[in-house]
Amino acid sequence: MEATPELRKFTFRDLARFYAGRFRIDLNLQIQYRGAIAIWLMGLILQPLVALVVWTTVAQNQGGNVSGFTTSEYAAYFIILMIVDNLTFTWVMYEFEYRIQTGQFSALLLRPVHPIHQDVTTNMSFKTLGLFGVIPAAIILSFAFSANYNASLLDIVVFLPALILAMALRFIFEWTLGLLAFWITRTSAVFQLYNSISFFLAGNIAPLWLFPESVQMLTFVLPFRWTVFFPVEVLLGRATVTSMLVGFGMQLLWLGIACVGLRYLWKLASSRYSAVGG
Amino acid sequence: MHTLTVMRTYIKLGFLNMVQYRANFFFELLGVVTHLTTAFLGLSLVFNQTNSLNGWSGTEIVILVGIQTMIGGIVGTVIQPSFQQFMEHVRLGTLDFTLTKPADSQVIVSLQRINGGAIAGIVAGFLTLSFGVSRQASSIGIAEASLFLITLTAGIVIVYCFLLMLTTFTFWFLKLDNVLVIFETSFGHAGSWPITIYPGWLKAGLTFIVPVAFAVTVPAESLTGRQDTTWIVGTIVAALIFAVASRRFWRFGLKHYTGASA
Repeated sequence: MEATPELRKFTFRDLARFYAGRFRIDLNLQIQYRGAIAIWLMGLILQPLVALVVWTTVAQNQGGNVSGFTTSEYAAYFIILMIVDNLTFTWVMYEFEYRIQTGQFSALLLRPVHPIHQDVTTNMSFKTLGLFGVIPAAIILSFAFSANYNASLLDIVVFLPALILAMALRFIFEWTLGLLAFWITRTSAVFQLYNSISFFLAGNIAPLWLFPESVQMLTFVLPFRWTVFFPVEVLLGRATVTSMLVGFGMQLLWLGIACVGLRYLWKLASSRYSAVGG
Repeated sequence: MHTLTVMRTYIKLGFLNMVQYRANFFFELLGVVTHLTTAFLGLSLVFNQTNSLNGWSGTEIVILVGIQTMIGGIVGTVIQPSFQQFMEHVRLGTLDFTLTKPADSQVIVSLQRINGGAIAGIVAGFLTLSFGVSRQASSIGIAEASLFLITLTAGIVIVYCFLLMLTTFTFWFLKLDNVLVIFETSFGHAGSWPITIYPGWLKAGLTFIVPVAFAVTVPAESLTGRQDTTWIVGTIVAALIFAVASRRFWRFGLKHYTGASA
């Protein structure tokens, strides 16, 4: 099948209109499934809440301080993490497996627009709806666990680009990994493995400063630290100027790697693809 | 007697079906091993900083995680796939074929499909539990062991009845696949730690709304020398109430089912 949508055929304005229109449609589509979204949100809130309870309990048992961080800072860490995780989260990998297995890719490949664009708007609409659950939860939990926020104005200003880069990096990285579904049929096992590793090394289970030295070194090299932990650390007010610069450098480096990988794998995948009856 | 034969036959059929998909077992095993590895790494981080979490030692929490994994395996092997199948039947109107069979519909609906791969969870959970018990300083006598078995059974009954009640709502709301996820997320996340560490409102929710406390923490308590008569009796009573209530709710829901042609 000869179908490689060409991004360059579209002007920036075309794409902007596509995004705006698609986003509206996706938002309306998602709202139809508000029950499913509410249940999904429950998991999104419960997971960091459990980690928050565990670590504030540890800090309390140790007299209010673990590794130089107070009980209220652990609370703040997991509340910020909950918001950042909601904003960077994707499930494109699972979507890929489904599309390949059901042959839905054929229709997407025939469109003139690269399929990644629609995935971006679907993902954004999901995150937008997620905020309606996550933000109130963050406010309530902040009071319930007397979270301590120490961000300076600089931290807040730096947080925004760090968050946007993290969103872009995680999305493009996972979209590229999702392309593996063109070669492997049982990808969900691979994705589950990826998710567990990411979960651990991005700081969802425990803040990365609690990890042994050697694992911490590893997190600097791998992408996971830069997709979640880094923006959280910045908004927590615990990042030094040096670590901010290192963070942006690593985010851009991994974003570059992911983009190159995406282009290369996409070419291979779309030329390899042949649907039944296609 | 008839019901028992039906149960046996359905389970046997389920396993025969499952051996067709042997590779599935290895993928499920991979999933369970990853889950346990992350759980243990998380535990080791916690117990690097402290010796006890609200009085629970690392070994004791390993026992608790073992119980959680085991129950998760049972749910994933029989209960969840069967209920998922049932919801699909209601949606498509094919439940009629089940209802016209001369056996108890609740039994068939609860056992109709088996995901053999999820047995990996039962095995891994049992091994984890045994590992934890063997590392424990205090030995476990007959009394503790039988208390454990009783509370574990009661816990599994509660979980099954809870899921049956959630599933029964399908008779009124057709698209409900996600409802089982409620259990999965709260059980999977909150169930890895003793319920006693959570603040009051969450503890109440995890006891009365999503009964994770009865299923995981109470059996773990009886293996770690924390037997509390109130909780043990409470768990058994709760299991009985859940069994009766879910059965009645099932029958009530069934009356509302009008079939595909109606």
